[in-house]
Amino acid sequence: MAIAERRDVEDGALARASRVGGLLQRLPNSYWAVGAILLCLPLVANDFILYQILGWAFILGMIALSLMFLGGYGGMVSLAQMSIAAMAGYMVAILGSSGVQTISLNWPWWLYIPVAILIAAVFATMIGALAVRTEGIYTIMITLAIAAAFFYFTRQNYTIFNGYSGFANVVPPEVFGVNWRTPVPFYYLSMFWAVVSYLAVVYVARSPFGLALQGVRDNPRRMAALGFNVFAHRVAAYAFASVIASIAGILLVWQNAQISPGTAGLPAVIDILVIAIVGGIRRPIGPFIGALIYVLLRTFSPDVLEALGLPGDRFKLLIGFGFLAIVYWSPDGVLGLWERWRRRREGDHDAAAPSGEPR
Amino acid sequence: MIPAERSIGEMLTAAGTGNALELRGVTRTFGALAALTDVTLTVKPGERRGVLGSNGAGKTTLFNCVTGDVLPTSGTIRLFGEDVTRFPPHERIRRGLRRTYQISLLFGGLSVLDNVYLACRGVSRGRFSLIRPRRSDALMQSAIELIEAVHLGAYAETLVAELSYGQQRQLEIALALAGAPRFVLFDEPAAGLSPTERSELVEILTNLPRHIGFIIIEHDMDVALRVAESVSMMHNGRIFKEGLPSEIESDPEVQELYLGGGHG
Repeated sequence: MAIAERRDVEDGALARASRVGGLLQRLPNSYWAVGAILLCLPLVANDFILYQILGWAFILGMIALSLMFLGGYGGMVSLAQMSIAAMAGYMVAILGSSGVQTISLNWPWWLYIPVAILIAAVFATMIGALAVRTEGIYTIMITLAIAAAFFYFTRQNYTIFNGYSGFANVVPPEVFGVNWRTPVPFYYLSMFWAVVSYLAVVYVARSPFGLALQGVRDNPRRMAALGFNVFAHRVAAYAFASVIASIAGILLVWQNAQISPGTAGLPAVIDILVIAIVGGIRRPIGPFIGALIYVLLRTFSPDVLEALGLPGDRFKLLIGFGFLAIVYWSPDGVLGLWERWRRRREGDHDAAAPSGEPR
Repeated sequence: MIPAERSIGEMLTAAGTGNALELRGVTRTFGALAALTDVTLTVKPGERRGVLGSNGAGKTTLFNCVTGDVLPTSGTIRLFGEDVTRFPPHERIRRGLRRTYQISLLFGGLSVLDNVYLACRGVSRGRFSLIRPRRSDALMQSAIELIEAVHLGAYAETLVAELSYGQQRQLEIALALAGAPRFVLFDEPAAGLSPTERSELVEILTNLPRHIGFIIIEHDMDVALRVAESVSMMHNGRIFKEGLPSEIESDPEVQELYLGGGHG
C-alpha cells in the first residue's frame, strides 16, 4: 500500500486538492467493507451489543493500540498505558463535573477535554523519559512499577483523586443536543475515535517519525550514527501514544460514568497487555481484534461456564487459558494465526517462517 | 619555531579552519585493557587516510571514539576545529561526520529506500514530521540518487533483510553518504566482498567528491593502498608509524608486524 502511495505522485497546484480524493481511492476494499458494517450495525444490533460489547471493545482496543504503537513500532513494551488513560479520565472528572462537588471544577467541555489530554500527555512524557533509559524486560518492570504507584497514589490521595471511592456521575457533555451516553450515539462516538486512532497509527507508521521509530527499534546505535536523537524519538513515541490512550480513557470514564483507582488497578493494566498480545502486537488492527475477543469472553464466559455446571466467576480462567494457548502456538497473536492459515491455503508451505516486522 | 607563528596556527585551528579531524592524546580503557593509548592523529579536510593494523589493534575503538559511540577516557577530539569530545553521536553526525560499520548495522524491517531516506532525514529538519513523504520530495529524490550511486537502483523497494551480503555492504556505504558528508569513517568496507565487488567499491571510494575526506580501516592492503593517500599504522592501541602508502608498504617494521614478513 505504502509503495503504491509513493509511486502515485501528483505535482503542481492540483496536488493538494486531489490528495484527499486520491487517498480515498487507494483505500483497500476491506476498509470499505468493515466501514460499511460498522456504520450499519446499529440497524441490527441491540443496545447491549452496541454499548457494552462494541463500545467497550473500541475503548480497550484504543488503549491496547497505544501499547501496540510503542511495542510494535518502537520495541518498547509499556505497562503504563492504562494508567495514562486513567489519568485523562481522572482529569475529566476533576476539571469537568462529577458527583463530588467539593473537588470538581465544572469547567466547560471544550476546555477540560484538551487540558485532560495535555496533562495525560505530560504524564506519559515523564514516564517515557524514565522508561526509555531501560531496555526489554526492564522497560516492562519500570512501567509496571509506575502503574502500581499510580494505582496506590490515586487510592490514598483524597484531596485530588478522592481516594478509594473515586468519582461518580461523570457524564459526557450534551454537545449538539445529543445525550452521548445513550447506546447508539456512544457507539458512533467510540467507533469514530477508534477509527481515527487506527488510521492515524497506520498513517504515521510511514511518516518520517514512524519510520525513524522503527529504525530505532531495529538498530538504535545506527540511528544515532545517522543523526537521530534516539532518546528524544522514544520519548516522543510515548507522547504520541498517550494521546490515543487519553481519548480512550475519557471515553471509558463516560461509558462507566465513574472512575476509581480500580480503573487502572494492576489487573486492568495487565489486561491491556493481554489484549495487545492476543490480538497481535505487530499490526494496528491486532489490538482491536484482541479487545473484541477479551470483551466477548469477559461478557459471555460466565454464562458458558454456568451452562457447563462450573462457577461463573471463573471466567478469568478461560481468558488465562486463551492467553497461554495464543502465546504458545502463535507469538504474533490471532493475526499471526490468521496469516499462517491464509498462507497455507495459498499453497505456500513456508508457514513456519516468521512474518516480518510491522510495515 | 617562532612563538608568534605558533600562536597564529593555534588561533586558526580554534577558528575551525584547521584540520578535519584532530585527536590529541586520546586514551580509552575497558577495565584493565587499554584499547587506545595516547593516540594523536590529524587529518586535513579532503584527505584520505588509511588506518592499518592487526586485529585488536584498536582501529574500531578509534572510530567509536570519533563518532561518540564510546567516550574516550582522556584526550580531546576536534571535528573541523570544534571540540566534540563530549558530544552525543547524533550531534557529531549533524556536523558532517559519517561512518560505516564493520558488521552492517541496517534496518532489516524496512526497505532499501526507507533506509536511505532515514539517513537523509537524520541530517535534515523534520525528523519528527508526522506527514508522509511523497516520491517528489527533495529528500526522497536524493535518497533515490544515492541508491543508484551504489548500484542498488533495482532494489529500492526490497526489504533490507532480503538483500545479499554484498548488497548490504553497498547500502551501508549509501547510508554514510547521505546528506552532505564532510568526513567519513569506513570500517572495513571490503570485508567479505568478492573481487568484482571490491573493484566496484574502490571505484565508489575514489569517485567521491574531492572535498569529502575519509579514514578507511581495511585489512585488504590492495584496497587500502589504492584509495588512501596517507597511512597510519596501529598496533596495541597506539599509532606507531605514519607515511605514504609506498613508504608503509616497504617499511621493514610494518612488514614484520602487520604482514608477517610474507606479503606479496
